Formats: sequence, C-alpha cells, structure tokens
Amino acid sequence: MAFLDFVPNLGRRVLLTIPNLGAAARFLLRSLVAVINRHFSIQQLLKQVYGFGVRSLLLMMVAAFFTGMVLGFQGYYALVRFGATSALGTLVALSLLRELGPVLTALLFAGRAGSALTAEISSMKATEQLNAMEMMAVNPFAWVVAPRLWAGIIVVPILCAIFDLVGILGGYLISVPVLGVDGGTFWAQMQSNVTFSGDILTGLFKALCFGLVVTWIAAWQGYAAQPTAEGVGNATTRSVVTASLAVLGLDFILTAFLFT
Amino acid sequence: MEKRAIDWWVGIFVLLGIAALMVLALRVGNLSGFAYNDGYVLHANFTNVGSLKVRSPVRLGGVTIGEVTHIGMDPKTFMAKVTMRIEPKVKLPTDTGASIYTEGLLGEQYVAVQPGGMPQELKPGGTITMTQSAVNIDQLIGQMVFDKASGSK
Repeated sequence: MAFLDFVPNLGRRVLLTIPNLGAAARFLLRSLVAVINRHFSIQQLLKQVYGFGVRSLLLMMVAAFFTGMVLGFQGYYALVRFGATSALGTLVALSLLRELGPVLTALLFAGRAGSALTAEISSMKATEQLNAMEMMAVNPFAWVVAPRLWAGIIVVPILCAIFDLVGILGGYLISVPVLGVDGGTFWAQMQSNVTFSGDILTGLFKALCFGLVVTWIAAWQGYAAQPTAEGVGNATTRSVVTASLAVLGLDFILTAFLFT
Repeated sequence: MEKRAIDWWVGIFVLLGIAALMVLALRVGNLSGFAYNDGYVLHANFTNVGSLKVRSPVRLGGVTIGEVTHIGMDPKTFMAKVTMRIEPKVKLPTDTGASIYTEGLLGEQYVAVQPGGMPQELKPGGTITMTQSAVNIDQLIGQMVFDKASGSK
C-alpha cells in the first residue's frame, strides 16, 4: 500500500509546489516594496544588520582564515610538482574571490542567521504576534520582514568582501612564511591575474544574489510554517536545507552567466 | 543593546566592508595603476609585440621601472606602437634599446630596456628607436625544423 500512496503523494507535492512558489514570490515582492511603507523603520534595519552582520563577523573571519590556509597548502602541493608555485597567489585569490568567498559566506550565513530568522518569524506566527500586528494596523511585512530581507541583501556582500580578504591573508601566511613561496611573486602574480570588475565585483554580485535568496527562503519558511512548536522546528530545518541547496544551484547558474 | 551602540557597531561593520573592498581592489586586483601616474611617457615601435598587454611591466636589469599604458598600431609604418610610463627618477639615454622578453618559458611578456651610453636623455614623449620584437616560439620551432630538413640533404 505504501507504494500506491507514493504516486498520489508525488502528484500532490508537485501540484502544491507551483502555487507555493507563486506565493513565495508574491511574499518577496510585497516585502521588498514595503521599504516605502510608513511602518518600515531604519532603526529596525540597523538592528538586523547588527544581528546578521556584526555578530557573524567573527565566525566568517575564522572560517575564511582556515579556508585560505587550506587553499595555500593544497595549492602548493599541487603546483610544486610543476614548479609553478609562483601561481599560488593567483590560485588562492581567484578561488576565493570567484567561488569560495560568496558560496561559503552564504552557506555560513544560512546556518548562522537564516535559521535564527526562520525560527523568529515562525514563533511570531505561532504565538500570533503577526496577527496581532495586523489587528493594530501595523503592516508585518514592513515592520518584521522587510528590515530582515534588506539587512540580508546589505550584509552578505560586506561579509563576503571581508571573507575574501581574510582568506587571502590566510593563504599568504601559509604560502610565504611557512612554505617559502616568494612574497613578491605571490602578490605580483595575483595582481596581474585578478581583475577588479571581472573577479572582485562579480564575486560580490554573487554574494548579493545569495544574500537575497537566503533571507528570502528563511523569511518565507518562517512565514509559511505551521503555527505549532513542531512546525517551528521543521521550518528551521527546511530553511537551512533549502537555502543551502539554492545557494549551490544558483552558484552554478551565476557562474555560467558571469564567467563566460 | 542600546540604540547608540548598535548604530556604532553597524557603522564600523559597513566601514570594515568598504575597507576590505578597497584593499581587495588595490592590493589584490590591479586597480593600483596610480603607482606610475607621476611617471613620464615614452614610446617604442615594434614589428611584433607578441602577447604583450596593457599593464605589462617595463624592466631595466630585471627591476620594474614602469608599465605599458597603451598598445596601438601606427597606420603609416604598420608598426605596433607601445606607450609606456616610466618612473620619473629613471632617466634613460637617447640610444636606449627596448626588447620584448618572456618571463620563463611560458610566462608573461614584458618590455626590457637596455640603456646606452649617450649623454643626452630621452625627453618625455620621446621614442625608443632601437627595438627588438617579441620572440615567436612557433616561428622559432618552424625555422629549426626547416633548417634541420634542408641541412640533412
């Protein structure tokens, strides 16, 4: 019987996915446009930037430092066979700027801030705070969702720039003092092969897209959660899983478009 | 947390992001072109510049003294015209030569200048007349194979 249930269940899931996607898109538009609503407050936005950005800073820097050091090590052992260790700076910088910086920042952000955001909004829903706001004629999109969404869009590129920089410093610290690559060559090769618009800005553009997608998914999962204790837990799990997969999938599409 | 403190932290956070971007742009990316902005301009005509690019280094005895700022074509002589910016403290004599060399076997190409012995100095905007073009490895291999083939007869 379990197999026979599988087929209609699949059909139901597909049919539910499409209107859900539409509802999520409308949710996004309503929240983004809510910036011009009178209930949108800069103070709320700053509070979210603080919560998402400043408090994730240490995590990002530690993660970036180790990522850079690993890149330095692995790159060195791969390149030393060809006597091409002079390209190590380029390798570390390009991998961080183009891929690892934006993607790891977004994944860490989904785990660190996205989960908290989903839990917050879904408990607000479970305790009927969102309904209470509407009763008081306060637009919950402008008061709750919009500041968080915009904070995500602002914060992730900034975190990504810091991630890139700290990662490159980590790679430098392993390559030059530890492994004995020439420091001048490290920077010179990096500078001659990294372009500002082609590598740095496109990486940050990726981060901006990821910031939007991660906060969007997190906020939507919170908003659409079952208003029960179990629903809050499920929504938080789903938020992190969906956001992480979306970041990886979107990264492929963006790379195909941006770096051709 | 107090509102003022949050404002401060967010401000510091944003400044940190901007600072990181600046460092990335100047130190990692190659926007740091202002290093030779106060230098003077020299031209050199080559028959073949190979894969020389704008921002390729100009070297004297292995030391970088400037960079290529523009590569164009002289429509009259059909020569490639390379414009370089040289550090102001480096004064080159008029019989200076310029060649395009490759760093290592497959590395980047750069302009190497060999100063002559004339007492007069090249003025800003002057042209280096003695030039040696980029070595074309394909051509060299072709020549070698051809020489071998004709020599064995």
